[in-house]
Amino acid sequence: MAQFVFENDLNSILKLDAPIVNAPMARWQRKAKEGSCSSANTSVNSSVLTPMKAANRSHSSSKTPSRTPGKSQGKLQGTPSRAGGDRFIPNRSAMQMDVASFLLSKENEPEDQSPTKKEQQKAWAVNLNGFDMEEAKILRLGGKSLNAPEGYQNNLKVLYSQKTTPGSSKKPSRYIPSVPDRVLDAPEIRNDYYLNLIDWSSQNLLAVALSETVYLWNYLSGDIVLLLQMENSEEYISSVSWIKEGNYLAVGTSNAEVQLWDVQQQKRLRNMVSHSSRVGALSWNNHILSSGSRTGHIHHHDVRVAQHHVATLAGHTQEVCGLKWSPDGRHLASGGNDNLVNIWPSVQGDSGEFTPVQTFTHHQGAIKAVSWCPWQSNVLATGGGTSDRHIRIWNVCSGSCLNAVDTHSQVCSILWSTNYKELISGHGFAQNQLVIWKYPTMSRVAELKGHSARVLSLAMSPDGSTVASAAADETLRLWNCFEVDPVTKKEKEKARSSKSIIHQSIR
Amino acid sequence: MAAQVTKEGITLKGSAEIVSEFFYFGINSILYQRGIYPAETFTRAQKYGLTLLVSTDPDLKNYLNTVVEQLKDWLYKCQVQKLVVVITSIDNNEILERWQFDIECDKSVKDDSIVREKSPKVIQEEIRSVIRQITATVTFLPLLETACAFDLLIYTDKDSEVPEKWEESGPQFVSNSEEVRLRFFTTTIHKVNSMVAYKKIDC
Repeated sequence: MAQFVFENDLNSILKLDAPIVNAPMARWQRKAKEGSCSSANTSVNSSVLTPMKAANRSHSSSKTPSRTPGKSQGKLQGTPSRAGGDRFIPNRSAMQMDVASFLLSKENEPEDQSPTKKEQQKAWAVNLNGFDMEEAKILRLGGKSLNAPEGYQNNLKVLYSQKTTPGSSKKPSRYIPSVPDRVLDAPEIRNDYYLNLIDWSSQNLLAVALSETVYLWNYLSGDIVLLLQMENSEEYISSVSWIKEGNYLAVGTSNAEVQLWDVQQQKRLRNMVSHSSRVGALSWNNHILSSGSRTGHIHHHDVRVAQHHVATLAGHTQEVCGLKWSPDGRHLASGGNDNLVNIWPSVQGDSGEFTPVQTFTHHQGAIKAVSWCPWQSNVLATGGGTSDRHIRIWNVCSGSCLNAVDTHSQVCSILWSTNYKELISGHGFAQNQLVIWKYPTMSRVAELKGHSARVLSLAMSPDGSTVASAAADETLRLWNCFEVDPVTKKEKEKARSSKSIIHQSIR
Repeated sequence: MAAQVTKEGITLKGSAEIVSEFFYFGINSILYQRGIYPAETFTRAQKYGLTLLVSTDPDLKNYLNTVVEQLKDWLYKCQVQKLVVVITSIDNNEILERWQFDIECDKSVKDDSIVREKSPKVIQEEIRSVIRQITATVTFLPLLETACAFDLLIYTDKDSEVPEKWEESGPQFVSNSEEVRLRFFTTTIHKVNSMVAYKKIDC
């Protein structure tokens, strides 16, 4: 019968779902037993052993009678995984008669495996190897792997290391304060790259969306007004945009609405529903309000008429996060999470459908930073997200990329200065800084640091002297970075007033 | 009319072509985005309505072309199950990242006589989202601190022949890893699921 012990044990091991009859005792049982009968340790053996051990022990104990029972017990308990033999007679395993018998008589017999057993083994193989050994083999093309040239450093390192913005820096010809003029609290501002949460009106009101509320901050007086609050606290404001005249504010929400508010009356004028997902970007072109949604669709709303939804622009497959009409109202630039920049005409083509006049695919990340040059109507600046980190300058008529700079950081927002031939961009990790660039050389003029988390949005004051930055550190900072020199300002004003005198005299 | 139908449909050969092409551009994107090779050795190429970066290094190009050609053959025979891009540190040969593309072949399609209806445009759209996701992974994948090399593993059927110069290998898993599933695309003949596993950062 001895030869069956091994076989039975083997079967009982393989049958993982069955209760293990001769498994080691639980620790608490062992402890209890050790405590009660420390002298009678021989009796414990058989019940303590692992199934594998039982097979070995059945003959090994009889062959080594000299071994003290106490020692063997301790040893077996301590190394339950060791298979056969001991260190004095290492080849004892060769003498295992039942194993030999098994190998001789049973090994080559077809195994009568039940389907569940087979499946179980397969599952084990899949778990351990990630694939079924029976059905696949892994191949690789031989030869040495191709290494990058010596001394090459992963250029992604810049993303994670503290480093100043690259590019030649230009000594500023004017004084740019390196600290913010004012710091305001913006509690609970949503740290979401895809939203556009601040806008500055021509009447000097700064609209700030803080989660489910919109506040208006008067730059001149410092007054704060709560314009609106969402009824459902789970919903939030996803975008704000002022009409050019500054009397109406468009608000996009997380429940896909586009609302129109009269700020004087503090009343909602319209609620325009046409999208099916949150509205993260808004832009005005006279009476046309364009809204970009998470679905990738851009809708034109004519705010004067009842049937406000006048056009749908389908050019993005993912969320639209950057949306700007050109100052002359001829083109709409849109940037999306699908890494595309589309330039749309203001009127549809012959087919009655809107098709983009240009599509730029160069960015490798989502494009939220979109801004038109105020003095050259066909020049556009765009900035890409973390996987791209580039600012690109485009000629939208020819479709050519005029310039590209790697900023080594996420570009969250970009604005052109109206007072200087410069741009300002807001960045994320690692410096959370604002950078002023000279146009068209794209040399760095200044870096404004202070935010402790990424910059989310930028807005410029109507006189073009101040830039507001909203950041994920829940602050708004106002930077007097484009202030016009008082002397040149006076001269300009003089020139303007003399012009108006001429106008008057002509009249 | 019949000609038009064939144009819209997809054959086994066409499917193998599309999938192997996806791998060529996909692997190049991984190599560029993960900074395995210097950015200067990549050039821009227009594909799937995207601007993608492909290597200009002659050795690397040669290697990739060889693998992709072989892969196309296997795809045509429906013998391939997975393609894996393994990124290892050169210093200590530790496996840091593992991009796994599971390929499901429809083995009922034996030759080019069967034409499946799926417009190339839709397939391209699906591929585009996978490639975009690969691009976007830099935002969450840990930085590869040391110089790295990559290896390509292909899981084939047990009965397929091992071609010359190819050898068998282990699965090369990342120890202590975190996994992220990406989108999939399907040509209706081949379906490709994507996944990336990377080393968990100890906090």
